[in-house]
Amino acid sequence: MTGLQITFLVVAAAILASAVLVVTARNLVHAALWLIATLFGMAILFVLLQAGFLAAVQVVVYIGAIAILIIFAIMLTRRVMQDTGPQTNSQWWLGGLLAAALLAAIAYTLFRVDQQGAFPLANVPIPDSSLAELGKALVSPDFYMIPLVVIGVLLAVGMVGSIAIARDEREKE
Amino acid sequence: MEFLSNPIGVIRDWLAGLLSGFLPPDAVSLVLVILGALVVGALGLTTPLFLIWYERRLIGRMQDRVGPNRVGPEGLFQTVADALKLLSKEDITPIGADKIVYNLAPIMAVVSVLTMWAVIPLAVNIVGTDLNIGVLYIVSVGSLGTLAIMLGGWASNNKYALLGAFRTVAQLVCYEVPMILALIVPVLLASSVGVANPMSMQEVVAAQSGAWHEWFLFKAPIAFLIFFIASVAETGRAPFDLLEAESEIVAGFNIEYSGMKFGMFFVAEFLHAFTVGALVATLFLGGWSGPFVEQAPLLGVVYFILKAFAAYFLIILMRAALPRIRIDHMLDLNWKFLVPIMLAAIVAIAVTDKALPRATVGPLWNAVALFAANLVVAVIAVNWTSAAARQMRQADESRNPPGAAPAASADHGHDAPAPAASHAAH
Repeated sequence: MTGLQITFLVVAAAILASAVLVVTARNLVHAALWLIATLFGMAILFVLLQAGFLAAVQVVVYIGAIAILIIFAIMLTRRVMQDTGPQTNSQWWLGGLLAAALLAAIAYTLFRVDQQGAFPLANVPIPDSSLAELGKALVSPDFYMIPLVVIGVLLAVGMVGSIAIARDEREKE
Repeated sequence: MEFLSNPIGVIRDWLAGLLSGFLPPDAVSLVLVILGALVVGALGLTTPLFLIWYERRLIGRMQDRVGPNRVGPEGLFQTVADALKLLSKEDITPIGADKIVYNLAPIMAVVSVLTMWAVIPLAVNIVGTDLNIGVLYIVSVGSLGTLAIMLGGWASNNKYALLGAFRTVAQLVCYEVPMILALIVPVLLASSVGVANPMSMQEVVAAQSGAWHEWFLFKAPIAFLIFFIASVAETGRAPFDLLEAESEIVAGFNIEYSGMKFGMFFVAEFLHAFTVGALVATLFLGGWSGPFVEQAPLLGVVYFILKAFAAYFLIILMRAALPRIRIDHMLDLNWKFLVPIMLAAIVAIAVTDKALPRATVGPLWNAVALFAANLVVAVIAVNWTSAAARQMRQADESRNPPGAAPAASADHGHDAPAPAASHAAH
């Protein structure tokens, strides 16, 4: 085994363990912290795949913004210090079913790749300027410019909508 | 001579030669990486010993008192004595605290600041690691510090600490927006100078090493100011020390911490302030570049430290000179003042740089044009805010004529774009 494989196995085990703890932790803030550990492990996987940019974005967006907002929401909306809740609701069987279906689909795909060579993986080197290429593709009309603009509009609409909902009635006058 | 121009490289080669006698090549590089990380970490952790003394003496001077001057020459060893005192204090964990999170928070606070030093170049050949996404890395690591302060406040089982944690989110997360927007500008300008990897810290410095007008301070003064303000806000020091405001919430997030755990928050804060100085020096003041740096690369370390301390001096001056900002003003300053100006400045800089590129008008005129574009944005912003402030004040006076009861001040900050008011007033 090479060092890369050992690192991958350790990180993967850590990700799985903390992912299990996200759903089993009784304390909601602890669950959020395990979520952060999971996301951080994902960032390490990106680094192992030589996708440093994705790793940094993962940390900025998921840990720096989303996880902090989750913790903040828990702190603001529930009993802040010792907040625990039931881990399941009446739809737990539906969620379990969906998760099992997803696992089956992924396992089937991996099996096909591995055993039957259904989707051969291209063995191309990663270009040095992949980041610059990504940047150009995001603003090029031939590639992702329109999706990017649509997402921007969607986010703007979401922000305006949330302000409209949260705004105090008295201030409208 | 070789050693003088590239000491780290010479030591590394010597160690690699020494280790390769009895270790496989993979293990040699692993050992060297770990050693490098240890050196950067140790350097970062020992600097605060000096920084704390420097800042206390300087603030003493600014406030017309002496400051620590008893232990050692000029009080230089005061921090060592303080550290020993902190180490010998009782380590208290409050009842009801979340033990693991409570102990994790101070470590995370230090780690988040220390890891930033991995990408800050001290000289052309002295840098922890030259990531090709260095600028983004700074942002991503910095956000972990926010998390540490929040967790420390939450885990202490104390309502003042929790209030501090709430303020942290309101402040630190908001100020990340103008900071990231301001960070776009050095990357953009470095790319237009023509370096291959404009997000790498080393190449951002290389892009500014041509002449004095290549410094991004001259090309983008607005981005410099906004980055400076936003990163000082992110360190959580005066005038943005709402998260530990002594007069309101006692000590905020670190109220329950004692001994070395408090010391770690303290070290993290001071080191973070100096790191902001180092980042400003790297991104806007040309980092290690300076005269004769090609002949003697080690000179770059001196230039870098001088520039970083100049920026750090400004941060200390801000802390000593300005009173704490009010919480609604703090939010208004960010969302209604810094973010719109920074967005306008990015557009102005990008358009100017494209309209008058270096290739056709030459580097000097390109820099002059960029400076002029910044100036226009600044003038419009100041005019616009002072007009808004005037309007607001008139509205205020027509509602509550001057001389009436001072009840107006309570709702004044609530519905008004207050930064405009405070800026025009001062």
